[in-house]
Amino acid sequence: MAANPVPSSERRLWTFHGGIHIADEKALSNASEIAVAPVPKQLVIPLQQHIGASARVLVAVGDRVLKGQCIAAADGYVSAPVHASSSGTVIAIEERPVPHPSGLSALCAVIETDGEDAWAELPEPMTHYAQLDPAEVRERIRWAGVVGMGGASFPTGVKLNPGPDRRIDTLVINGAECEPYITCDDRLMRERASRILEGVRIMRHLLGGPEVLIGIEDNKPEAIAAMRFALGESDLRASAEVVAIPTLYPSGGEKQLIRILTGKEVPSHGIPAQIGIVCQNVGTAHAVAEAVLDGRPLISRVVTVTGRAITAPRNLEARIGTPATDLIACCDGYREQPRKLVCGGPMMGFELGEQGVPVTKPVNCLLALTAAEAPDPGPALACIRCGRCADACPANLLPQQLYWFARAKDFDHAQDYNLFDCIECGCCAQVCPSHIPLVQYYRYAKTEVWAREQEKRKAEEARQRHEAKQARLERQERERQARMRQKKEALAAKAKAESGTSSEAKQAAIAAARARAAAKQQGASEPTDGA
Amino acid sequence: MTSTLISSPHVPRVNRVDRVMLQVLLALVPGVLAMTWFFGWGVLVNVTLAVGFAVIAEALVLLLRRRPVLPALGDLSAVVTAVLFAISVPPTLPWWMTLLGMLFAIVLVKQLYGGLGYNPFNPAMAAYVFLLVSYPVAMTSWLAPELLSGIDLSFGDSLAMILHQVLPAGVDWDAVTAATPLDEMRTQLDEQLTIAEIRDQSALWGVFGGRGWEWVNAAFLLGGAYLLWRRTITWHIPVSMLAGLLSLATLFWLIDPQTHPFPAFHLFSGAAILGAFFIATDPVTATTTRRGQLIYGACIGATVFVIRTWGGYPDAVAFAVLLMNIAAPTIDYYTQPRVFGHGRERAR
Ligand code: SF4
Ligand code: SF4
Repeated sequence: MAANPVPSSERRLWTFHGGIHIADEKALSNASEIAVAPVPKQLVIPLQQHIGASARVLVAVGDRVLKGQCIAAADGYVSAPVHASSSGTVIAIEERPVPHPSGLSALCAVIETDGEDAWAELPEPMTHYAQLDPAEVRERIRWAGVVGMGGASFPTGVKLNPGPDRRIDTLVINGAECEPYITCDDRLMRERASRILEGVRIMRHLLGGPEVLIGIEDNKPEAIAAMRFALGESDLRASAEVVAIPTLYPSGGEKQLIRILTGKEVPSHGIPAQIGIVCQNVGTAHAVAEAVLDGRPLISRVVTVTGRAITAPRNLEARIGTPATDLIACCDGYREQPRKLVCGGPMMGFELGEQGVPVTKPVNCLLALTAAEAPDPGPALACIRCGRCADACPANLLPQQLYWFARAKDFDHAQDYNLFDCIECGCCAQVCPSHIPLVQYYRYAKTEVWAREQEKRKAEEARQRHEAKQARLERQERERQARMRQKKEALAAKAKAESGTSSEAKQAAIAAARARAAAKQQGASEPTDGA
Repeated sequence: MTSTLISSPHVPRVNRVDRVMLQVLLALVPGVLAMTWFFGWGVLVNVTLAVGFAVIAEALVLLLRRRPVLPALGDLSAVVTAVLFAISVPPTLPWWMTLLGMLFAIVLVKQLYGGLGYNPFNPAMAAYVFLLVSYPVAMTSWLAPELLSGIDLSFGDSLAMILHQVLPAGVDWDAVTAATPLDEMRTQLDEQLTIAEIRDQSALWGVFGGRGWEWVNAAFLLGGAYLLWRRTITWHIPVSMLAGLLSLATLFWLIDPQTHPFPAFHLFSGAAILGAFFIATDPVTATTTRRGQLIYGACIGATVFVIRTWGGYPDAVAFAVLLMNIAAPTIDYYTQPRVFGHGRERAR
């Protein structure tokens, strides 16, 4: 063991503006191993669990499905299929509440499990992926329905295909897990470090062999040690490094982590690939390894069930579609009635209105907070312009000004002050002495701007449709007039020819033909002008 | 139904307005005690009266505006305004002027603009200037430090002085009042005396500034340091303001030390320290960007020097602060930070 060269971390680290130190509360749930949650009686599997085009439903009520069977196919490039996470019978396909900030419902397949947990036929493992065409490997990842597991749930296959003219120099692996309470990535790194690295190896291969930087916050020394040890054993050690970064929320934000590790800033409104970087979460790397090396679709994930209202907080490997209530029961239920149940971490997660919502691919944490942990902030006071929010903002915005404009519904100014660079990390709201729910105002403002833009687009489309119609009508009118003129001219020429010489008649006929051609041409060219 | 769900973050908030204000009040204690020590009970009487008037005025306006009274009073901002006002005015000020000042500050300057957070001008300083312009004599006749006048006014004497403008038998106003050091310096300089002559002439002078005044300012400095340590304020405004004042003072002192007092005199006489740590730092009326605060503070410091040296009023902190209150939104606009991912040029 001691012979393993442990890659040391002498790397220069960069900083970002702001950020906050906050009690990490990880000790609540990080002590015990990941336990496999039992198969629930019913699985409620949302048929779209990613950003992008919706998936196409492949099953009907009454169908028997097997574990790993595809029940909704990807439709479109930015899309991901969904698989059954255990065997059983589809008893309903209907709208059910899903974990979503707006408390929306979405189409779900409800599967009554049969307890057999029988696998469908799976594709061959691709252990020789390095010899295969990258497109084939990407197709496998896509087939497996792998999406970003850190929260964004963007289809991973797409992210691993930056295109032929974009060179990727760095693959950043996000193991920062900066949100308080959450420990699923921590446990995953401690227990399955080599699997994660296999996934990293595959992703590195697909990206053309960039340098790999694995960023982990230094409040997870065990995870750092486990990953360094596994890296020492792996052939990746020459091209990858495990980097311990200072614990500071939100270091795990994609843009912040990239800045810390590389010193580069992802351009506003841009994506990391523009600066030669791809960032993937450790959980995603794990899912990629499972898909490629075992031919297994993404049907389960590690979820941290924690908070002081939970009797026995811990990490569970849960099948996608397991209702939250089942997982909480798995942790011996509530110790006291929670003040709220949050999906995700306390800083960026959202409160669940419904306890029975299912676990989906991006759900990393179920957090049952007591009144002491998440006290009611009380009524908001006026902004006193103290600037604490701006000091804490990792995007270096002026949250107090954004708040001012959002409140006044002055969305143009809010955009001038770069509303859309806000990552909704919540640092500003946490430090605000007036207890203003700042993030809520920014979300509201963004939604309004989106709605307005959509309206504008619709209005623009309607305008274009209207103009096209106008042009068509005008063209038809012109053509009608041109035809009448031609007829008149022809009649006139005929009358002339009858009265004049034959050569004159010929010339007149030629002139008439010319006029006809010109009229036609004019008529034909109009619509393109009008369109 | 979904609107009842509160948006993230779901964590306890670490700051509270009333705690911030309480820190400010705490930090004022040494300065107020020092003033009481040197200028007598009148200081405390004024503070008490001002706080009482301010709280009552605020409660009344809130009732009229049909706003909840207790949360607004509970934020303690009216108390801070009252204390800052009371320690800026002479300890001899008739009670009704304090009442007038507080009504002006709370009703006109603060609540009519919408209450805490919406007032463009610092209420305490606006009230101070309002009274200075209306009652220049009462506002400039300071008590002499007790160690100069040798007269020890009891609590009852001070009360009688403020409530009825009467002094104990056998004492007349000239015996207990004296010009402030800044005032004295300005008047004497106007008489074409040199600094050395001025300092020789009177017992008013201590090591740096006026006797007694230096200690009062030192106590405010202590309070300011406490606020910095507790991170209730940031260093930007106090440091830039004092730097602005000191650099001009030093420049002119170097050019002509006979007509310009030693730079430290500017710090330790008058309200420079109080202004730098407690008044210019009022977040509501100051600039809100940190870069803007450097400009804001430096301009206040420079303006204070200019008014003290060439202006018509002995002290200038109130004027300088109000002047820069006007400029604050513009400074904010031009000092926006570079937003993450926006290249090196300033984001507009
Ligand atoms: S922290 Fe709150 S009170 Fe202070 S400037 Fe920001 S929004 Fe205003
Ligand atoms: S939520 Fe937005 S404005 Fe607030 S600190 Fe985070 S990035 Fe800045």
